[in-house]
Amino acid sequence: MRAKRRQVVLTLGAALLGGGALALKAAAQSDDQVIKILARRFTYTPNHLTLKKDVPVVLELTTADVLMGFSLPDFNLRTDIMPDQIARLRLVPDKLGTFEFLCDIFCGSGHESMSGTLTVVA
Amino acid sequence: MRQPIDRREFMRLAGYGGVVFASGLGAACSSYPQASGKPAELDDFYFVQMSDAHWGFEGPPNPDAKGTLKKAVEAVNSLSQPPDFIVFTGDLTHTTDDAKVRRQRLSQFKEIVSELKVKDVHFMPGEHDASLDHGEAFQEFFGNTHYTFDHKGVHFIALDNVSDPRASIGEEQLQWLASDLKQQPQDANIVVLTHRPLFDLYPQWDWATKDGAQAIELLLPHPNVTVFYGHIHQEHHQMTGHIAHHAAKGLMFPLPVAGSQPKRTPLAWDPAQPYKGLGFRDVEAQAKQAAFQLTELPVQKA
Repeated sequence: MRAKRRQVVLTLGAALLGGGALALKAAAQSDDQVIKILARRFTYTPNHLTLKKDVPVVLELTTADVLMGFSLPDFNLRTDIMPDQIARLRLVPDKLGTFEFLCDIFCGSGHESMSGTLTVVA
Repeated sequence: MRQPIDRREFMRLAGYGGVVFASGLGAACSSYPQASGKPAELDDFYFVQMSDAHWGFEGPPNPDAKGTLKKAVEAVNSLSQPPDFIVFTGDLTHTTDDAKVRRQRLSQFKEIVSELKVKDVHFMPGEHDASLDHGEAFQEFFGNTHYTFDHKGVHFIALDNVSDPRASIGEEQLQWLASDLKQQPQDANIVVLTHRPLFDLYPQWDWATKDGAQAIELLLPHPNVTVFYGHIHQEHHQMTGHIAHHAAKGLMFPLPVAGSQPKRTPLAWDPAQPYKGLGFRDVEAQAKQAAFQLTELPVQKA
């Protein structure tokens, strides 16, 4: 299969807090860009993603501590994130807007705040 | 026969004036046999729903965190006519990673609600009580997390959608539910009590039950089903087909309307209107019509 480079702009939530727009240009050697997300009680890093519409990506999710969930209801996507394992989700951002993702496995006193956002741009 | 109008009038005069909501399609419900083989008595009655006490929570959303539950108990005790029974639809306590503290909170909660004059109280867990230990501590204090009981011709089913931290009822409990429903007449007056919404109210905030649709599918063949739940800390009413779902206010802090703000953080305490958004519910059961009349009551007199 012919490798095709696609670029996806990934904006870190931390950069937003700093008032700047730190954009990481990540490239993959396969059709789908891979975005790594680390879950730990009670955050995701990064907790904000900006993706281009109709450009598929693969989310690679790991947890630094306990069993977590990752749910993106508006795209009907979810997975468990097991300790010591990598969970992968292929996401086709086929609609514009900002959408919430969250942990959907109760993980403790900060569970309700464990969320992030995905923004899909043209 | 009770006289609900008189009791409401008393509550209004006593400063407990609540908002009334009618539920039910008015489908006739025939008298159906109980275990005794005799027709059950179909009589009007009322019960009280309390929810989301979150005992152990501390923070700005409720400066009276240690007093609110006690005020609610006093309010229920002051009702002019005592309810037939009381249900607590989960999150009795606020979660903690410490199993010892969890049991302390459950114990303290139990001690406070032991002051309720009505002693027929049915408890359900919320995810804060049960999700970190699969309901182990809850069961030590309050027994089973799912069960049924019957009262004056109404069949009550308590469903547990929190002991699994994935917010699922689970195949085993769904089979138990199916088996129980098979024993009920088609037109039985059925009330389901649970913590999370069985339908997808707002999955973006985890306001859903993963396999709740399967429970609803089992319930749908019965024309007289009503669901009372908690979890979202606010009054909410929604239909799925002919099934009415009613969420109750909480007793610690109110939460925002689904999607109305970026995060599901508690609404701020209003010093000008303390305890605003908190309360409990009076449910009038009109057994013969399989209809319910809900009255929302505050934790403190106006």
